[in-house]
Amino acid sequence: MSKRKLDIFTKGFFKENPTFVLLLGMCPTLATTTSAINGLSMGLATLFVLVLSNIVISAIAPVVPDKVHIPVYIVVIATFVTILQFAMQAYTPDMYKTLGLFIPLIVVNCIVLGRAEAFASKNGIVDSALDGLGIGFGFTMALTVLGMVREILGSGSVFGWKFISGDGLLVFIMAPGAFIALGYLMVLFNKIAKKN
Amino acid sequence: MEYFLIIISAIFVNNVMLAQFLGTCPFLGVSNKLSTATGMSGAVVFVITLATLVTYLINKYLLVPFGLTFLQTIAFILVIATLVQMVEIVLKKISPSLYQALGIFLPLITTNCAVLGVALSVVTKEFTFGGGAAHMLNLGESVVYAFATAIGYGMALIIFAGLREHLELNDVPKQFKGVPIALITCGILAMAFMGFSGLV
Repeated sequence: MSKRKLDIFTKGFFKENPTFVLLLGMCPTLATTTSAINGLSMGLATLFVLVLSNIVISAIAPVVPDKVHIPVYIVVIATFVTILQFAMQAYTPDMYKTLGLFIPLIVVNCIVLGRAEAFASKNGIVDSALDGLGIGFGFTMALTVLGMVREILGSGSVFGWKFISGDGLLVFIMAPGAFIALGYLMVLFNKIAKKN
Repeated sequence: MEYFLIIISAIFVNNVMLAQFLGTCPFLGVSNKLSTATGMSGAVVFVITLATLVTYLINKYLLVPFGLTFLQTIAFILVIATLVQMVEIVLKKISPSLYQALGIFLPLITTNCAVLGVALSVVTKEFTFGGGAAHMLNLGESVVYAFATAIGYGMALIIFAGLREHLELNDVPKQFKGVPIALITCGILAMAFMGFSGLV
């Protein structure tokens, strides 16, 4: 892999992390990270849509008239979201129920439309796929970490493996904990990023 | 009574922003100033109510009779995007002053997940209010629910903008400046709203 391609792939992990740096896709980030496994699943679901829509949009971008490009991109994204909905209903019905509304809401996740507009519409198919993979992994990582922190504090377990008896600090599973945990994680991320 | 319960529940108990996390991006984006927050709230109330009315009718008279409910996501997002465009054009023509006030916020609303979120949840989820049985909402209830939800969103947005204006003047540690401290403040606000649970 050439240096440039590697850069496109890895920039989503840290330098342009969609959650901590670009502050995009906040709704699923906050809503679905009640446990590490839920965060991971939501991240992977978004990754799936992101990579496929990036590939298709980079392929059709040259022929889409400029005036209607946003609706066209939204239809492409919505199609992949519908495919994802069917696949999840068939293979992981429990996870589909847990994530609920936030699976169809991937359509309006600003990360997906943002990458389509900012990257896929101007670059080749391979680069766009790599960009989707990189940003998708960055998003998945952020969601898993946030889910882990909330699960450890809120129910005293990691990926469902319990290490304390009884309940944790329940507030971290509920809405306020999501905001507070993400706020502190962002501070930590800023601190580490500053040092590099 | 039923409508009253829906309104209280949607505004305070299940606040769309602070309890359901819908519409967080614009929430963090436009809550810097009280005046922009007010403008955005107005636009959201307008669009959510209208979008829910239209998508509910489309779902009931078009998608369900023809067995096309799997197209809900695609159909709804297209309807919302078109609706927002149309509202923009109509407002520009009939009420330039309102257009001036809401204008720049309207295009942003298409990607506000609260709009699609509310439209999808009224046609897919069962609701319980008070001691009543779980049921699908009818047209009137859906529109009232959508309106109240949007009011709740606007209220959270305006309260939060007020808080953030004060935060700007405070001495915040460097790493916390900007979004991190806003998120933590929002967490405390959400905690305050948790006090309303059990009300309905």
